[in-house]
Amino acid sequence: MTDDRDTAAMGFAGRVFRWLGSPTGRACLALALVLLVGFVFHADGAFYKAGTHRDALRQTSVYGILAAGMTLVIVTGGIDLAVGSVLALVSVCFATLTIHWGWSAWAAVPLALLIGALCGGASGLAVASWRVQPFIATLAMMALARGLAKYASGGMKVSTAVQEVDGAYRYVAVPAVFRAIDTRILGDNVPVVTAIFAVCFGLAWLALARHRWGRQLYAIGGNEEAARLSGLPVVGAKFAAYVASGLFAAVAGICQAAQEQQGDPEAGAGYELLAIAMVVVGGTSLMGGRGGLGLTLIGILTIGYLEKILSINAVPEAGRLMLTGVIILAAVLTQKRGR
Amino acid sequence: MSFLMMHPAQTTSVLRMDGIGMRFGPVTVLDDVSFDLRAGEVHVLAGENGAGKSTLIKILAGVHRPCGGTMTLDGCAYAPAGPNDATHRGVAVVHQELSLIPAMSVADNLFLGCERTRGGWVDHASQHAAARRALAGIGLELDVTRAVESFPIGVRQMIEIGKALAHEARVLVMDEPTSALNAQEAEQLFALVALLKGRGCGLVYITHKMEEIERLADRITVLRDGRRVGTAPRAELPMERLVEWMVGREVGERFPRHAPHAGEELLRLTGFSVFSGGRSARPTVDGVSLTVRRGEIVGLGGLQGSGGSELMGGLFGAYGARTSGTAAVRGRAARFTAPRQAIRAGLAYVTNDRKASGLVLDQTIVFNATLADLPRLSPFGWRRPRAERAAAREATQPLQLRADSLDMSVGALSGGNQQKVVVAKWLRLGPDLLLLDEPTRGIDVGAKRELYSLLNAWTARGMGILMITSEMPELLAMSDRIVVLHRGRATATLTAAEATAERVLAAAMGQGGASRVTEATQS
Ligand SMILES: Nc1ncnc2c1ncn2[C@@H]1O[C@H](COP(=O)(O)OP(=O)(O)OP(=O)(O)O)[C@@H](O)[C@H]1O
Ligand SMILES: [Mg+2]
Repeated sequence: MTDDRDTAAMGFAGRVFRWLGSPTGRACLALALVLLVGFVFHADGAFYKAGTHRDALRQTSVYGILAAGMTLVIVTGGIDLAVGSVLALVSVCFATLTIHWGWSAWAAVPLALLIGALCGGASGLAVASWRVQPFIATLAMMALARGLAKYASGGMKVSTAVQEVDGAYRYVAVPAVFRAIDTRILGDNVPVVTAIFAVCFGLAWLALARHRWGRQLYAIGGNEEAARLSGLPVVGAKFAAYVASGLFAAVAGICQAAQEQQGDPEAGAGYELLAIAMVVVGGTSLMGGRGGLGLTLIGILTIGYLEKILSINAVPEAGRLMLTGVIILAAVLTQKRGR
Repeated sequence: MSFLMMHPAQTTSVLRMDGIGMRFGPVTVLDDVSFDLRAGEVHVLAGENGAGKSTLIKILAGVHRPCGGTMTLDGCAYAPAGPNDATHRGVAVVHQELSLIPAMSVADNLFLGCERTRGGWVDHASQHAAARRALAGIGLELDVTRAVESFPIGVRQMIEIGKALAHEARVLVMDEPTSALNAQEAEQLFALVALLKGRGCGLVYITHKMEEIERLADRITVLRDGRRVGTAPRAELPMERLVEWMVGREVGERFPRHAPHAGEELLRLTGFSVFSGGRSARPTVDGVSLTVRRGEIVGLGGLQGSGGSELMGGLFGAYGARTSGTAAVRGRAARFTAPRQAIRAGLAYVTNDRKASGLVLDQTIVFNATLADLPRLSPFGWRRPRAERAAAREATQPLQLRADSLDMSVGALSGGNQQKVVVAKWLRLGPDLLLLDEPTRGIDVGAKRELYSLLNAWTARGMGILMITSEMPELLAMSDRIVVLHRGRATATLTAAEATAERVLAAAMGQGGASRVTEATQS
């Protein structure tokens, strides 16, 4: 706050300095640090290979899709803890529809999306209309969706191994849609899930930065009473944010199912926390009203690369988790110093 | 100056600030400002919105560190490391924006950050006793264990002062302390000012209200654009000069109200009640009937809490369906259960608390100024940033908003400029009926004058205005008719010719003459 440097006199270096003090600058700084770690601990040059980066992007895509939807909710001052469970529910349903029931993708994808939207809509209804605390409402949805996923799958993974009446297993073919999602396009360079992530992210960005609805979300997060008295459709806009988050979770669920070639009722546990971490590391405030998808993208890359760098260096899981925790905290602390 | 002769000791300065400079990034907010305060004097700090008054006292309070200049307190160098340090050195500050924590008890608020402890545990008994004593010292008796939010805003302001004085203070700074107080509460505050002055405390008092300057000031320092224009004893600075110092030019007539050209009836309330506290509680507005016609300014008088704000909120749909009685806008029955419906019907509502219900403080001026007009500015849903910026500029220009850029976050604006952004937001809509709740709260003389001219221009164009103001001169001068409320009921309706401060006050205390009460129900 007591920044008494005179920028006019500082020229280029000064402007760089100021930029580093801005939320974007701080977020980029965290990302740069993580990448620096990658350059130092490159695991015998693995970090310099294009394949590593492609892989890092592919592995973060599912989280990234969740984080994009999560940003919309967090900007309103809310939170969506249910996305991991919704992902599991959708992946189970999608796998059942396509593998077991042989539905075509044209029918299965819309239905899967509808399931996600309904889950998000239920959270949204509770939060926006019944004024339940977002944390509590989505916590309930988290349990509910997980239960539904287990119920729908009978607690088993839904895979291409189908149990016959006599108890023997029969293997069915992997549905075409699974193979389509789990490949690479553009001359074998871009994983399809990464492309899906890019599309989802772009849509969310358009909505938040360029659409009236985005303005409404920021206004609600910044000052809900002022938003209401200014005639904004507060209930509708909030509801829609949770629906969007549910939809994005459904997309992530479809991607997850395709990549694993199965629907796992246990999938996505803890994903919601990683998605929230990505949003917060980017610099979007959990209090709402501040931040945006540009920042979230940096957060997604920061955490995505961190995970990748730790894994190419074969850091054991225990150490990986601990380091991730420490680094998330450090990143958020640098963000806070700007206030 | 008789006062000088009575207290020769007061010529010694308690506090001196010399050559203070302050910058926020590239923006220079204060430039070589000097200021001195004597014991036992009230030193008024005046100037336009954004002149740097609050910034200067924030430096004094240790909130900001200046980038130049020196301060001395009682002859010793003074450079507070932070607000707590300043408090301990005897500099107490009541900031422009209330800083109490609403959900905490009065006592806890008073001792926030310097709790009285015994063996590491908060000693509630001694804290309560000390809090009660501190508040009694300023003539305030209340249950210190109750949450701050359970008290009306006027009492909260007094608690705030009590908090500032809970620690022995040599210097007390008040930044627009009466902006949220009604006449009665303000009187209490003035009595307190006199009391502290008598004890030899030095007081710095910031205000935009001319009556207060006239009444309280011993000396006046005027800031303009971050520079000191001058300091003079009150007696040597007539009002016109003072205003000229502040604004840098002559402002002219203070209340330029033109004769109304009342036209068609815009609003008619009949037996309108609002149950803002829930259906089971006593209605906060109880069977009020009034009309507003095109081209008319109808003033709502009454003490704070007499129901004016609730009446506006209820009419505007802010309380949902918790209203009864009938309201008609332009002759058609209108019962708004959401602000959106009211806005669509051509109403606009400037609330009395810009921080809580007017602005999104984190966001830019453009964002706030265009918030209510989003549907029109984003056809098919897609926003047009260029059009938004132009709209924001167009809406803020007539109000003379002082900001470095329209992309500044509203929270960084001075209080008065924030108010202008709120007004600009509603202006964009070109409403038929404008509800103004304390529209001039915290805005400077020049801008007030501008706002009054705008009100005249709008009413000339056929807008109808319903206005609440706690400033009696403003109410009397700007209203074509005054409806006075007392405990939610209309106790009098006075025409501009009939209205005097005494009659309005009497009605506000519930002593409306019977004849006038019937008038109120008839109109
Ligand atoms: N944190 C900040 N960052 C940037 N600019 C600021 C900040 N705080 C204040 N300013 C700017 O400093 C100037 C002086 O503000 P200040 O609050 O001191 O005005 P003021 O004289 O108290 O006005 P008012 O009468 O409206 O309260 C304003 O132009 C304001 O925009
Ligand atoms: Mg101020």
